[in-house]
This record gives sequence, C-alpha cells and structure tokens, in this order.
Amino acid sequence: MAPAPQTLFDKVWQRHEVVAESAATPAVLYIDVHLVHEVTSPQAFAVLRERGLPVRRPERTLATMDHSTPTQTAQVFGGAPIAIDSAARQVAQLERNCADFGVELLALRHAQRGIVHVIGPELGLSQPGQTIVCGDSHTSTHGALGALAFGIGTTEVGHVLATQCLLQRKPRTLAVEVHGALAPGVTAKDLILALIAQLGVDGGTGHVIEYRGDTVRALDMEERMTVCNMSIEAGARAGMIAPDETTYAYLAGRPRAPHGAAWERALADWRTLPSEPGARFDREVHIDAARVEPMITYGTNPGMAIPIGGQIPHREGDAAFARALAYMGLTPGRPIKDQPVNVVFVGSCTNGRLSDLRSAAQLLRGKRIAAGLRMLVVPGSQQVKRAAEAEGLDRVFLDAGAEWRESGCSMCLGMNGDVVARGEYSLSTSNRNFEGRQGAGARTLLASPLTAAASALRGRVTDPRELM
Amino acid sequence: MHRFTTLTSRTVVLPDANIDTDRIIPARFLTTTTRAGLGEHLFADWRYDEQRIPRQDFALNHPDAAGCQVLVAGANFGCGSSREHAPWALLAYGLRAVVSTEIADIFTNNALKNGLLPVVVDARTSAWLMAHPGAEVTLDVAATTLTLPTGAAVHFPLDRFARHCLLEGLDELGFLLARRAEIEAYERRA
Repeated sequence: MAPAPQTLFDKVWQRHEVVAESAATPAVLYIDVHLVHEVTSPQAFAVLRERGLPVRRPERTLATMDHSTPTQTAQVFGGAPIAIDSAARQVAQLERNCADFGVELLALRHAQRGIVHVIGPELGLSQPGQTIVCGDSHTSTHGALGALAFGIGTTEVGHVLATQCLLQRKPRTLAVEVHGALAPGVTAKDLILALIAQLGVDGGTGHVIEYRGDTVRALDMEERMTVCNMSIEAGARAGMIAPDETTYAYLAGRPRAPHGAAWERALADWRTLPSEPGARFDREVHIDAARVEPMITYGTNPGMAIPIGGQIPHREGDAAFARALAYMGLTPGRPIKDQPVNVVFVGSCTNGRLSDLRSAAQLLRGKRIAAGLRMLVVPGSQQVKRAAEAEGLDRVFLDAGAEWRESGCSMCLGMNGDVVARGEYSLSTSNRNFEGRQGAGARTLLASPLTAAASALRGRVTDPRELM
Repeated sequence: MHRFTTLTSRTVVLPDANIDTDRIIPARFLTTTTRAGLGEHLFADWRYDEQRIPRQDFALNHPDAAGCQVLVAGANFGCGSSREHAPWALLAYGLRAVVSTEIADIFTNNALKNGLLPVVVDARTSAWLMAHPGAEVTLDVAATTLTLPTGAAVHFPLDRFARHCLLEGLDELGFLLARRAEIEAYERRA
C-alpha cells in the first residue's frame, strides 16, 4: 500500500522527531532555530546557571532585544539612559547572558536588530521545513516560509537552551482554504481579521493552521507573514504556508540563507515539502477573499471585528460583551466609521515591514495628519528603518506630522513607555486589542496600515478606499 | 516543582470568557529578570483602581476569596501572549488550579510546568461552579477528577506524562537531559 499523502505540517513534524510520542510520553522534538529576547529569557538562563548547564547549540540560537527597548533615538544611539530602569536591567541581563553562554546577540545598537519575527525572515535565518521557537506567541509569523514555528514559555526556553529539544504532543491540523482575489484597498491584515472573526478567538485551539488556496499563493512574503502572525489570535499553535517560488525568491541571497551548492540542495529539499494532493486535515474551513472588506475591531479581543462600513453588533444578555463595549466606550448598533481616534500606531511584528510602511505612506504623502492626533511609526527592524529612509518614507511620515522611531515592539504592548493614555482611542496595526494592552485603560482598534493612514488624516475611523 | 496529588479548596469565580494573559498580568510588569513579586500584579488593572486601591467589585478582593486556591473562569482562559509570568503570578498569589471549559494551549503548557493545574470541565459543571462561588471542590490528580460538594466527581483530561510529572514533582528538563543519547544520534543523522 502506498504511504498516505502527508501535509506540510506532518512532514516538518516527522523530520524533527528525536523520539516519537507515545501514550505515556510526548514527542521529543528537535528545534532548528531558537530566537531569544530580553523579556522571556532571563529566568531561563537563571535555570541553566543553577544547574550548571551550557547552551547545547549556541549556533542555533540568536538573541535580540525588542520588547522593552526604547524607540527614541536619543536612548538607543544618543547616549541617553534607557528611561525605564527595569527595562535597562533586562537589556543588560541579556547582554551578560549571551556573553556568558556564547549566544550571538544583535544588541541595542546593532544594524540588524529588530523585532524577533521581523529579523528572522529578513536575515534568511527562517527557512522552509525548519522548526523555529521563541518565547513569544507571534513566532507563528515564521510559518509564512513553510516552517513549523510556535511560541513557548520561559521554562521551555530553558529546555531548548539546554537540550535543543522540546517535549510536545502532536497538534491537530486545520486547513484554511482561501479563494478569490482581494479587492483594492483590502489587505492581508483584513483577510486575517476576517478569518479570526469567522473562526473565533479559540477556533484554532489545539491546531496548526495551513493557509491554502489561490489567494494565499498570490500573497507576497510580507503579506503571508501578516497572516501567519495572527494565527495565535485564533488560538492556533502555529500557522504555515507551503513554500513556493515566492518563498524561494524572497530567501535567495539573504545573508543567513544557504548559498551556492547548498542553496541548490536546500531548494530541491524545500520543493518536497508542500502538502500532497489528498493529504488529510483534521478540520477545514473556507473563506471567500473577494467578499472581504477592510476590517476593524471594536471590542477587546481580535475576534470582535467587523467590516469598516458595518455596525457594532448587538448581543443581548451577553455580560462579557457588554463589559467589553463599556470598556471601549462604544455602543451596539452604531457604525464604527467616523469614531474619533487619538493615536495611530503603525508598526509591530504584524505590520511593521517595509511593504506596510509603503502602504501607509502612499496615503500620507504630501498630506498632514489631523490636528491633535498623535501618530507613531515604528519600523519592525533597523534594516526596515534604513530601507524606508532610503526611499524617503521617513520624510513622508515626518512631513505628515508623525513620529519616526527606532525599531521595536513599542506601542503594540506598551512595555517600553510607548503607551496610549487611559480612555484614549488608538487605531493600531498591531495584533491585540486586549484591555490595557497598549496602556492601562487604552482603547485599541486593530486595522491595516492603509486604514491607519486614512484614519490618521481625518482623525477618525476612515475607510481607506475613500482616499484611494 | 512540588508534588501535586490532591487539593481541596473553595473556589473564586471570574466568569468572563477569553481572559487573556495581558489581563492576568499586564506587560508593564514584565520588565523583571526574576520570578519574584509577580503575585501583587496579578489582574492588576482589574483588581486595583487608578490609585492602586483594591476595587471592591472584583471577586478576588472580596473577603470570601481569601485563601481560595481554585480559580473558576470563563472559556478560553489564558489566551494571548506566551508569557509564563501569567502562571507565575497566579501561583505567587496563592492559586493552584484553574477550572474552565477551555484553556489556551500555551497557557496550559506553561501552567503544567509550574505545578498550576489546568482543569477543563464540561459546560454543565462549569455553569454549576459559576453559580456557586466559594463552593469547596476537591481535585485529585491521580484520579483526574474534580469532586463537587454535591459528591459528584467529574473527570478532567490530563496528559499522562504531565500527570506523572505532577504526581512525582518532576520537571521535564531532567527527562529531556536524560534523552542525550537520542538527541546526539538525531544530530548525527540530520
């Protein structure tokens, strides 16, 4: 009998089984790439010290700093101290840990520093068929390259540092089939917000998603990263997209991608990875991309999203829903459009890449943001920053009245002092609208960079198609 | 890790669904390099007002919640960020188990590695617990049961290996380190 056709996930999983799972024990899964940052690693290094253990494979480990780091140029390059003492200690601790354990660190002033999930693909470190982990739930981003990439906790960061392995139960698979062309003004961000609204914030729990179909094949790599990035917002363990010519063209020539004969060998191998015809998934959902409109969230989780021209729904008798809307200061039955906003944030591992900045800049060029509105543009990495500056995007943002910062997670989670004030509305290109996510009492509306730019110009929620 | 065999405790109830890890511990408290001191920031923006005065209407601040070690919560508890600071904060506060109809994947992993028991129950059991805050329940890890004051014992799913680690007080790192020969063999053939 011929072997059963396998999915991309099955193949990547099987290749990394050091010991297969049994009823009594989970699989021992080998990890190819371990990304480390300052916030979720200090306690893991402390365990290695307590037990006298080395980092097993330092060459498979790359550290950077992004979550609690400042984005003000003076604090990064100007010699000013990092304003938050505890953040400065975290940064210093990571420097010490990397030096002590021989782990490569792209430190605060390094030209290749940036958000972990931006720099992995950018450097060509993240590749098809790999297992990639990081102490951060948005590690799912790297699945855009055909890797199995997922977030882990700090105890597991310690496991990978010490053994290069994790104990894992095999998750189930969910095929998300996307067909049809996205309409003008509708982006990958809108697609993933529409999917999460359909699936629910727990619809993917226990599953690894494979995004499939002609719409997905037509997305460029950065768009695919935006989609895979938010897999976790549907509760999924990871999101993956089979590698194809788009993937290979993106990776070719990147500094940490294979070169020469090694590239040819890698390419031949990567071509064997996509799911085979007839491969079975545990679940399957379909989404019609042609019907997706620019999406925006109105509540306190990413599943509470509607088309930008829609009305905030009613949910009679749902106390949690009522509480969420009270927190947001929004009313059921009312349109979300024209809701005034105080802050616009363009950045994050979801939408902080060069194409995202271009997308926002295309609407802002030669214009000014609304009076009284604060707009923060934070590139996803120092390389993104330099590339944007090389094409004059920094001038577009600055001339429009926005702030242009050094790279980092910044206002996505407000750890570094880049926060939204209590009660203020933030239209943000990031991934989470949880209560207090962008600052205590902050009210977050998630949308695409296009919608962010359009809304910045008018000072209220605006359908970008009106300005295109 | 301490052994976790049985626990008998009253419950404290937070009925909301989708209690995310930012709610459990806001990111601004994560600029720490140790596990210490997180309990005081548990549910910070829910538990305290802007002057850091405990809110009287928050369940954990109610006098009856004192000493409760079992948290009963709405569906999809622990969704969002992978921060292990969430189970650390719950444990530091004094909680030892979370009961819900659904608990997020990464949170479940993180909880088990620290001896915080994730207990997934059916909707009916959850509804009963929500309607009876302060009910005394018994959790039995060996039997994987939650026993209600009515005497009804409800089974909850628990991975066999996780159960073994809880009962013996083992951490997984020791198990992985003992797989060294297999890991080396894998690295040679990969």
